[in-house]
Amino acid sequence: MYEAVVMGLSAGGMNVLKTIIPALPATFPLPIAIVQHIAPSSDGYLAEYLGQISAIPVKEAEDKEILRGGTAYLAPAGYHLLIEANRTFSLSIDESVNYCCPSIDVLFDSAADVYRQNLIGIVLTGANADGSKGLKKIKEGGGLAIVQDPLTAEVPYMPQAALNATVIDYILDVSQIAPLLARLGKVGEGENNVRSIS
Amino acid sequence: MPLLKTDDESTEIESLLKGIHERYGYDFTHYSQASLKRRLNRVREHTKLFSYPELLERLYQDEQCFDLFLKHMSITVTEMFRDPAVYLSIREKIIPILKTFPFIKIWHAGCATGEEAYSMAILLHEEGFLDRARIYATDFNKQSLETGQAGIYSSKNMGTYAANYLAAGGKKNLSDYYSSSYDLVKFDDFLKEHITFSYHNLVTDGVFGEMNLICCRNVLIYFDKVLQDHVLSLFTESLRHGGFLCLGSKESLNFTKVKKMFEPVDTKYRIYRMTEALHV
Ligand SMILES: C[S@@+](CC[C@H](N)C(=O)[O-])C[C@H]1O[C@@H](n2cnc3c(N)ncnc32)[C@H](O)[C@@H]1O
Repeated sequence: MYEAVVMGLSAGGMNVLKTIIPALPATFPLPIAIVQHIAPSSDGYLAEYLGQISAIPVKEAEDKEILRGGTAYLAPAGYHLLIEANRTFSLSIDESVNYCCPSIDVLFDSAADVYRQNLIGIVLTGANADGSKGLKKIKEGGGLAIVQDPLTAEVPYMPQAALNATVIDYILDVSQIAPLLARLGKVGEGENNVRSIS
Repeated sequence: MPLLKTDDESTEIESLLKGIHERYGYDFTHYSQASLKRRLNRVREHTKLFSYPELLERLYQDEQCFDLFLKHMSITVTEMFRDPAVYLSIREKIIPILKTFPFIKIWHAGCATGEEAYSMAILLHEEGFLDRARIYATDFNKQSLETGQAGIYSSKNMGTYAANYLAAGGKKNLSDYYSSSYDLVKFDDFLKEHITFSYHNLVTDGVFGEMNLICCRNVLIYFDKVLQDHVLSLFTESLRHGGFLCLGSKESLNFTKVKKMFEPVDTKYRIYRMTEALHV
């Protein structure tokens, strides 16, 4: 049974978030941790805005906050976001990774350690290769990998880099992602077999 | 790097940290594990010792290797006037109160290479009471402290710092406070005369007394809840009654044991004032 979703976006990501998060049902059971590359000076407006148009709560992740199901968390600008073994967030201002802080790889790497096969990783539009190492690690741990179809992505470089890095379970148009997540998130319906169909 | 099962890896890391504590007295057992693990990976890559027991053995015997380990454990990322709005808030909300004291003491805990302490010295200078202040800048990274003591930094960051300085309410130009040669800048000695750089380990060392203001920014995020509470209670013992505490922009007193001893001065910028006496 899946326990969490991690998501990484860069250039073009705002529009994609505006499509995916509001399309999730209020009953969506899993926590979603999101790294959207963003200028270090930005102030949490994105989380507030997404929260207003979504059925699930959306907030900036706080240090040592417990991950709750059905909540979307955004990495604060200028901080790496990591997940601890006890299912809480940690922030750090370590060096940039792939020239990024927050870095998608940092989030994915820590999440893969914690959730192993119970993790869903998603790499979406963007202009650099952040996230592909992390997605590879999620796959190595037995988790599920989803990538936005580079053909329909606003900026195809990042999803393409992820595709090149590892075996991907689903290559999807943005509009298909929320319905799939809603399906995967449903508890106790044998949904874990879904992977073998892909 | 070989993939270990998560649980095994956690146990091995635990043993490594215990071993280090035993041998050298440095206690990392209550650091946030996820980012600690990333730093351990760097040590493992650097030393080519990928097995934790082997790494521990080497660390036990080889003090130079331990120095390398320590360097990796300390994240020295810092800036002058990081989060300029915080300094603006300090200028507007705290300085007027501090000015009523004949002499004030400020502690920058986890000061890294000292940029924060120089920022504060400049701010106090512009507010006209640097002469009545002493700034203590402490860290457990000796190399960082030496950099701070020298006051010499790479010029390549000065553009960002100058912009931060102005956004923080700076009254002149940042370049008025340093001299440059080639790609280095050196901050003026009159600033340093008011700063004492010294070694202090927040985990194992004690009270650092009678402060009017403690700035501990972007250090607590590296600690787990237990250690955060420990360090915060150290701060309450080191603050004068009515003293101020300034945390990083993404750190807060919410859900900490000392919360009720403080009132928020600026919620957005994580500035607090200690209102209660100790152990009440
Ligand atoms: C990311 S830097 C923050 C620097 C600065 N305060 C800022 O916000 O820009 C964290 C600093 O905390 C220091 N640190 C970590 N653990 C410490 C400890 N136990 N005692 C003292 N300093 C510590 C590190 O050496 C490093 O210099």
